Amino acid sequence: MTQLPVIFRRELASYFATPLAYVFILIFLVLSGVFTFYLGGLYESNQADLAPFFNFHPWLYLFLVPAIAMRLWAEERKSGSIELLMTLPVTRAEAVLGKFLAAWAFAGLALLLTFPMVLTVNYLGEPDNGAIATGYFGSWLLAGSYLAIGSCMSALAKNQVIAFILAVSMCFLFIVSGFPMVLDALSWAPQWLLDAVASLSFLTRFDAISKGVIDLRDLLYFVSLIAAWLAATAVVVDLKKAD
Amino acid sequence: MIEIRNLTKRFAQHTAVDNLSFRVQAGEVLGFLGPNGAGKSTTMKMLTGFLAPTSGTASILGFDIQTQTLEAQRQIGYLPEGAPCYADMTVRGFLEFIAEIRGFRRAEKKQRVERAVEQLELGKVLGQSIETLSKGFKRRVGLAQAILHDPQVLILDEPTDGLDPNQKHQVRGLIQSLARDKIVIVSTHILEEVSAVCTRAVVIAQGRLLADGTPLELESRSRYHQAVTLVGSEALDQEALRALPGVAGVEVNEREHSLTVLAEPGQVIFPQVNGLIAERGWQVKELNVERGRLDEVFRSLTRGEMV
Repeated sequence: MTQLPVIFRRELASYFATPLAYVFILIFLVLSGVFTFYLGGLYESNQADLAPFFNFHPWLYLFLVPAIAMRLWAEERKSGSIELLMTLPVTRAEAVLGKFLAAWAFAGLALLLTFPMVLTVNYLGEPDNGAIATGYFGSWLLAGSYLAIGSCMSALAKNQVIAFILAVSMCFLFIVSGFPMVLDALSWAPQWLLDAVASLSFLTRFDAISKGVIDLRDLLYFVSLIAAWLAATAVVVDLKKAD
Repeated sequence: MIEIRNLTKRFAQHTAVDNLSFRVQAGEVLGFLGPNGAGKSTTMKMLTGFLAPTSGTASILGFDIQTQTLEAQRQIGYLPEGAPCYADMTVRGFLEFIAEIRGFRRAEKKQRVERAVEQLELGKVLGQSIETLSKGFKRRVGLAQAILHDPQVLILDEPTDGLDPNQKHQVRGLIQSLARDKIVIVSTHILEEVSAVCTRAVVIAQGRLLADGTPLELESRSRYHQAVTLVGSEALDQEALRALPGVAGVEVNEREHSLTVLAEPGQVIFPQVNGLIAERGWQVKELNVERGRLDEVFRSLTRGEMV
């Protein structure tokens, strides 16, 4: 894993090579503000916590995170630079992980820039800052899960737009899998399958963490989800690299 | 040494490389020839560990490309077809990235990048992003990337494709200067290049090996090998030329107003032809002995295979 930092740095720098990164961060900050204050009614709730902020993250990420992930592999395949990357003395794991971590760090940076929210609630009242920190951590894990899915979809498609759409669809499936309408539609299935589908949902897991409750099972859920999708990415990269 | 053993690559529809075996020794510049779609690039992609062979294998300086891929890749400098790069990076950023991946840090990294930049005369464009460069410069960036770690094995897929004659000349000069005690494999379909830089030529078509020899040996397979071409001031007696010992036939080139006297395989006919000219007192404006035409050998080899 000695080359991982090299891949990571190149990938992270490439986000900032174009104005796209700044535009993305701006959109993220504006949207999270709009969602929190208008749709979430932070003031109206009269509570000094960031629940209205975190509640919208699964939906906000649904469109923004695949946009970060879509270029990870699709771009390499389109320009042919994947042939260069894969013939350098770098393992597949280093390449997959380096790229993912760069995207995750970028998402983390965007998330950190929402710190005025924390200042606001601290000014207005006395929030539980531990819970807020946990919420941020959970939100970052959520972004990582979306990114891992997006990275796999990006390896699957040569075209970034297709990679984006695939990633949004797949993430959407993972969000709604806990919804009653999905579970009702699956009512013919045995109970264990229903439980399995319901337990895959981002929403229930994220809900708990964003409220400040860290359950080891939820942590394990996100970590193993990320690991599984990254492993899938490595397989897909191998299968598709030469097309 | 590079050793290729029964290398085969099958895709869903067709066999791109079919049971290819040969060896390349240090100091050799191997020209890898073949029509488009012959399997040249596929072979190179397997040698560099990008594609896994369907069967067979190859070893680079003793490292197997399948089981010791990373070790093998460390020995290789590779210029993929079309010289793909990270277009949004600057030339300096890109070369430093490659240097770091190759394991160079700080002073050594700087020195390696400087040397490659110097060798390929990239100094003027160091700060430019690669996408703004001309085709010739992009190719040179690709070459700089390949030679940065001073590899023992250089694999170059069509290094001069799309360059202008000056740039081609420059790249060939570079390949020759690098070639000493290294292994260089150059794929091309430009035949003049083979005579210009290669010490050995391998011709493949449809993934199979058709010929393997020095460019001279290949040329001597041509029916034009040792042929004599003359341009006379007046019409020359073709029958007399045809009657000379060792002559296989006479071809008339309408456009150049010249005659080409073909030699029988293994025969040298220049003295006889020269003698006849002196005897008859012909006025001859041009007189050339041909080494053989590679393009003709190439065509007969690869066409013969297609049928």
